Amino acid sequence: MSLRGKTAIAGLGITKMGKNYAHSNALGFATEALELALADAGLLRSDLDGVLVNPGLTWGSDVMASYTLQQAMGIRNVRLTATTNLGGASAAALVMHAAMAIDAGMASTVACLFADAPLKPPRPNAKGTGGGAAYGFARGLDAAYGLYGANSGYAMVAQRHMHVYGTTSDQLGAIAVAERKWANLNPMAEFHREPLTIEDYRNSRWVAEPLHLYDCCLVSNGAVCVIVTSAERARDLKKPPVYILGMGQGHPGDDPVETLSSGAPMAKQTAFKMAGVELKDIDVVEFYDCYTITVLITLEDYGFCAKGEGGPFVADGRIGPGGSLPVNTGGGQLSAYYMWGMTPLSEGVIQIRGEGGARQVPKHDLCVVSGNGGVLWTHSTLVLGASA
Amino acid sequence: MAEIVRPIPEITPELRPFFEASKNGQLVVQKCNGCGALRFPPRRLCANCLSRESSWTPVSGEGEVYSFIIMHRVYHPAFATQVPYAVATIKLKEGVRMLSNVIGIDPHAIRCGMPVRVCFEKLNDEVNLPMFRPAADAA
Ligand SMILES: [Zn+2]
Repeated sequence: MSLRGKTAIAGLGITKMGKNYAHSNALGFATEALELALADAGLLRSDLDGVLVNPGLTWGSDVMASYTLQQAMGIRNVRLTATTNLGGASAAALVMHAAMAIDAGMASTVACLFADAPLKPPRPNAKGTGGGAAYGFARGLDAAYGLYGANSGYAMVAQRHMHVYGTTSDQLGAIAVAERKWANLNPMAEFHREPLTIEDYRNSRWVAEPLHLYDCCLVSNGAVCVIVTSAERARDLKKPPVYILGMGQGHPGDDPVETLSSGAPMAKQTAFKMAGVELKDIDVVEFYDCYTITVLITLEDYGFCAKGEGGPFVADGRIGPGGSLPVNTGGGQLSAYYMWGMTPLSEGVIQIRGEGGARQVPKHDLCVVSGNGGVLWTHSTLVLGASA
Repeated sequence: MAEIVRPIPEITPELRPFFEASKNGQLVVQKCNGCGALRFPPRRLCANCLSRESSWTPVSGEGEVYSFIIMHRVYHPAFATQVPYAVATIKLKEGVRMLSNVIGIDPHAIRCGMPVRVCFEKLNDEVNLPMFRPAADAA
């Protein structure tokens, strides 16, 4: 039996993002986001019987994150818990696990959460906020060859995409500029007040050439929580249900530097079949955007354009505000906040509900959300809808 | 003033044959005894046929730049005098790909598909690090 429309996202909690030092660790942000999500849904902690967590880099890999959150929130008698790591594909995967468990009768109301706190408050005489440290290590031969930072894998993919398909730096820049325009309409975005032109993009420093600074995501403190429950129950809660119509994953196991592709074709096939939708039905697109090249390849992999034609496809600004295909309408991880897979998922919920304010797209019945982990290694797809 | 040396890679048991061969100016990779697939870095199992039997085999050291990036930021002091420098995925003539540096050329003149040939940089008595130069330079 299909799970189409059987479950829904009923609550959304987003903490203040970015250089937010309200809590010294990920768990602190997690409890705040969970409280916000419960309030948003009009639920109490006693209504929860599932807790699923994707910890960021700083939660600590040696702790049972979902259980520490249950303890910290004093939640009793949980029937479903898991700490999951598919990188940026996790958030959508947590929602899938929640939906399947609810349909199977194993849980009724499940919190799915991401939290991270890589940024430390600035100290006198210290440069920066230390966010790079968590993402900049290297060992063994990588260190000997001077390969540092989390950006190198995607930079290799981008260089190869440029070589094989003639993709240009300005085409990647068009994605950064479009997402910044969306962020300028989103008061939650870290770059809400800072415009970005293609000249600014070209003049920004190289992080790992061919990737400029503005090809790369932010690093953020914060947490996002969504609450999944049955469609029936969601209809009785405070907010309009965001129905989960389709779900799928794809993890090809290939080397993306060679394939220049992700697991999206597989994940999309499963999710769109379940939802009974086609690409042309989609009103708003929320794609995982750790880098501009990730967006470009994901657009190709979902079939919005042919493989290799992502560059010309985005060059005319069609994915920005007022364009024909609204993509990453909150500014994404490039310009709003870096909450891994929760960034596209949270904006998808906001858009379906019609809570987008100045950035709300006029038609918002169907949204596709993607998650992506590692260097195009893992992929997850959700189709969200305003009606079941 | 002594030159700051690159981080010396640890000679793990798995990598020892690689570094031993490098000391003699030879590039070797792991070869699956089951299906013949080449791989690097070394692993316990062949991901192609799951054979656990493998040996080390010399390769030509000739190949092409498959992809590359140019590093501008200094993460380790040894690279302060080297930025901008190129880190590349090299596709050897034998088909296997490995990470390395491309040296002896302005990094902005490097292109994907450019033919390259292995060379070695001595880091200490134990480690000769394989790197690649444009094949056109080779004597
Ligand atoms: Zn084999």
